[in-house]
Amino acid sequence: MGLELYLDLLSASCRAVYIFARKNNIPFDFQFVDLLKGHHHSKEYIKINPLKKVPSLKDGKFVLSESVAILFYLCRKYSTPSHWYPPDLHTRARVDEFMAWQHTAIQMPMSRIFWIKMLIPMITGEEVPDEKVEQMLAEVKNSMQLFEEKFLQDKMFIAGDHISLADVVALVEMMQPMGGNYNVFLNSSKIAEWRMRVELAIGPSLFGEAHDRLMRLAEWDSSTLDPMVKERICELLQKFK
Amino acid sequence: MPLELFLDLYSPPCRAIYIFAKKNGIPFEFRSVELGRGEHLKPEFLKVNPLGKVPALRDGDFLLAESVAILLYLSRKYQTAPYWYPPDLQARARVDEYLAWQHTAIQLPAANVYLCKSLLPHFSGQPVDTVRLDRLLGKLKPALQHLDQEVLAAKPFLATEQVSLADLMAFTELMQPTAVGCDLFRDWPRLAAWRARVEAALGPELVQNAHKLVLQPRDPRDAQQDPRLAQELVHRLQERLS
Repeated sequence: MGLELYLDLLSASCRAVYIFARKNNIPFDFQFVDLLKGHHHSKEYIKINPLKKVPSLKDGKFVLSESVAILFYLCRKYSTPSHWYPPDLHTRARVDEFMAWQHTAIQMPMSRIFWIKMLIPMITGEEVPDEKVEQMLAEVKNSMQLFEEKFLQDKMFIAGDHISLADVVALVEMMQPMGGNYNVFLNSSKIAEWRMRVELAIGPSLFGEAHDRLMRLAEWDSSTLDPMVKERICELLQKFK
Repeated sequence: MPLELFLDLYSPPCRAIYIFAKKNGIPFEFRSVELGRGEHLKPEFLKVNPLGKVPALRDGDFLLAESVAILLYLSRKYQTAPYWYPPDLQARARVDEYLAWQHTAIQLPAANVYLCKSLLPHFSGQPVDTVRLDRLLGKLKPALQHLDQEVLAAKPFLATEQVSLADLMAFTELMQPTAVGCDLFRDWPRLAAWRARVEAALGPELVQNAHKLVLQPRDPRDAQQDPRLAQELVHRLQERLS
């Protein structure tokens, strides 16, 4: 059994792993874990990852969760080009710094925007109160500002002149609100230019393919939604009220 | 200019770095940043870390934020013993896995418990909101259960057979609510046994020193020293914990 990656490309962390593996021609079996059908709660998947989250990696008997850990593992095991995770002490630290910060500063708020602008209204038929929406948008705006001022600055990419894991992770997460028709790239030309550079470095075709499911979510028939997932979304709505 | 570490030992990630540096004999200048006095928000510190958080590192011209990044940097620069961040592919992946997961699964909810139990009452002068505290403890429970029932069922430490950066980070995080009366180890026997093992591995004296501050009850007079700051902090905390 070869390398297996358990993914749903609706999730930003899955897209980062998918893009990296494909870009580096790492052979793997794509195991689709359909989040909208609640596959992550299935008995089969819980055996793979008891935390019920995607992505997961399975390499023989070795199972690994957490996209950041998976990306580092793939880098090392498949000896990918060094610019992805530069060996220089300081440059590597810059990548580590972003990879640590992004969990709460980028991934969480971007994912929340996607929930409140797309999933919650679509599934519950209700809107999240304006006040909460404004608060979350302000948080995203603040994070984007910090991203530009501290992590990107005047460089081409986060680590310097070359694309690294940090840029892939950053961009796929910033794309998440696009699924809800919210574009976080509008306010900064610097970030918009960085985005184009990253997409080009990844390859527009691969990038587009990875984001297809997210971008087509509006067309999805929400009546096929798994009831447990629907329940969770309704619970989430209550938290925002 | 020697290595500078900007720390407040009230902060768990700061304690992890402090313990790591001391344990490994890494020479550094301790730059105190008192969170309780809002020093992390002042322009002087923002020059060091524009993110306005501790810990931060300055090594000559090189500035670095984020505790995980700092620990990895120190382990590489000072070539610390391999068990901290094992070279074996899978063992290293386990450490990475914990260090990634813990940001949202452990650090965030444990900090919220601490803020609710200790910091908010301290600055607001109000008693602990026990309903809110229970809710926040509830959010931490699944992670503790996972560590106790799944992770530690298979091995003595979180990533491998020996103490690593994962255990160091987890230890100081779980000590935070515990130090102020929310004993996170009480209901989880494997976690309690793990705690003792980690303390022994790090060195009890070093652990005590690092935790002296957070274990002390706060002096209520400290909160009244700067009423405007106290009000600002209370407002931020209320927003964060709601």
